[in-house]
Amino acid sequence: MTEATANTGAPQERRSRGLSEKGLAFWMVSPSMVLIALVAAYPIIYAIWLSLHEYSVRVAGLSRWAEPFGLGNYQAALQNADFWNAMVTTLIFTVASVFLELLIGLAMAMAMHAAFKGQGLLRTVVLVPWAVLTVVTAIMWRTIFESPQGFVNQIIGGDTVWLGSEPQALIVIIIADVWKTAPFMALLILAGLQVIPSDIYEAAKVDGATAWQRFRKITLPLLTPAILVALIFRTLDALRIFDLPYVLTKGANGTTTLSLIAQETFATNRIYGLGAAYSILTFITVMIVSFTYIWTVGGNIRGLAED
Amino acid sequence: MATEAAVAERAEPRTKTKKAPKPQGGTPWWMWIAIAAIVVFCLFPFYWLVNLSLKTGADLGDSSLFPPNPTLANYESIFNNSDFTRALLNSAIISLSTTALALLVGSFCAYALARLRFRFKFGILALVLSITTFPAIAIAAPLFRLWSDIGIYNTLIGLIIPNLTFALPLAIYILVSFFKEIPKDLEEAALVDGATHFVAFRKVVVPLAAPGLATAGILTFIATWNEFLLAITLTSSPAARPVPAAIAFFTGSTQFEIPYGTITAASVTISVPLILLVLFFQKRIVAGLTAGAVKG
Repeated sequence: MTEATANTGAPQERRSRGLSEKGLAFWMVSPSMVLIALVAAYPIIYAIWLSLHEYSVRVAGLSRWAEPFGLGNYQAALQNADFWNAMVTTLIFTVASVFLELLIGLAMAMAMHAAFKGQGLLRTVVLVPWAVLTVVTAIMWRTIFESPQGFVNQIIGGDTVWLGSEPQALIVIIIADVWKTAPFMALLILAGLQVIPSDIYEAAKVDGATAWQRFRKITLPLLTPAILVALIFRTLDALRIFDLPYVLTKGANGTTTLSLIAQETFATNRIYGLGAAYSILTFITVMIVSFTYIWTVGGNIRGLAED
Repeated sequence: MATEAAVAERAEPRTKTKKAPKPQGGTPWWMWIAIAAIVVFCLFPFYWLVNLSLKTGADLGDSSLFPPNPTLANYESIFNNSDFTRALLNSAIISLSTTALALLVGSFCAYALARLRFRFKFGILALVLSITTFPAIAIAAPLFRLWSDIGIYNTLIGLIIPNLTFALPLAIYILVSFFKEIPKDLEEAALVDGATHFVAFRKVVVPLAAPGLATAGILTFIATWNEFLLAITLTSSPAARPVPAAIAFFTGSTQFEIPYGTITAASVTISVPLILLVLFFQKRIVAGLTAGAVKG
């Protein structure tokens, strides 16, 4: 797995001066590893500990478990309809927004790739939604959908209370997310488009392939790796969605996501054990997808790890 | 980088439909429509926000596309609001410290991963990448508890530490791919001339890696500036609240009378630094964003 075949190649003499290569590597890598252990590993281990040790009923008044540990919080979480609703909401949100982002992102990337003039300008424009803070994105879409100042109702001539109705609130959240991240998707796909050598197209044109055939048989297959990475990357991001529902609805009207229910449980209701259990369950859900991701870009990482 | 090189060879425009006219030197009409659609899609919602921020009083209630009586009153009022200016300062301190620490510690790690030979490289890179995908909620719950116990709840340091959880792996991952791009020859030459690996790193690699460091810095800064879950969970007063949390707090307080004028003005204000970064560093940001994604 590792490319650590230190005994081949490089001259050995230079190591006599200063640290050996491995020694230097150790001293350069360890500060980061120690820091990561402190700021990432330790909190997660503590969260697992909390979820196993601190029992609390949904009624306030915390009591610690007498036993060394127990799975009571996980049992409570998995038997709670709120948790499964949050899971379903999160999954609907993830599938819908990632799918729309892919479609719009692909279309934007194709257009940007074909534009000969103003590509730099377009890329700057496209980065604006990416640079706008998520919280600001939420406020922005709220002002667009909410009456009286929102213009959506005026345009469609309706009087829907968008954020106060059951499927509509989630739709607004999906729209806000698509706006913010479809451009990002477009940039990833555009980068993939630009590494496709143009002579392949020339050859296909000479052979009489139509534009659609060229798209289907050349662009899409060669773009698949870039699309796959973008998809998984976005899925991971969507699964941990918190900012948009928090600011837009505080989880009302069927918009409570996994991160939101966990945060509410421990921060608002102060039920630490159950909140930690929700957090760990969210973490596990995300990590399952994350391993798929790392497996997909494994070749990429291996490329970076090579000498 | 692979992508940058590829930008040079912009493939000939491909037409989307059979009937579209072959471009004869000019841009076909449908291309202008596509470009216009992208520009409107990306910019209009933000324009709407700017439009609202220039209105006051009764004007806020109508949905005209241009402010009938444009005024900067909302901006004046937020800059006279000490909670908001405090939040700006907090955000600046948190984001800059987090970015500086992540770059300082991360650049050593990234150099070793990119250049030196040792065991477990693949494992370390996989770990680093997987941490960037962690849901923040997984560390927010225990920290909420822990920070109260050790007394750094609602402090800036209490936000800088957990922001590093995501900033450090992000910086490392971007920097590794940039260090990889630097030609080895210069470093080899320094080594042959008798420099140690560390001196080669400091005198040769770091100056050459400056653009990569800038890119990693910008992306880390933006990610930290944008961070919300930890910000809202680990603060309880304006003393430590960064801007995203402060703005959400304004909106969250009352469901009915939302002060849209000032909130939109605040929203525009905190977005401006980031939009400026994008305007000046568009190429670098795109290179950084796509660094990990396309090769492979």
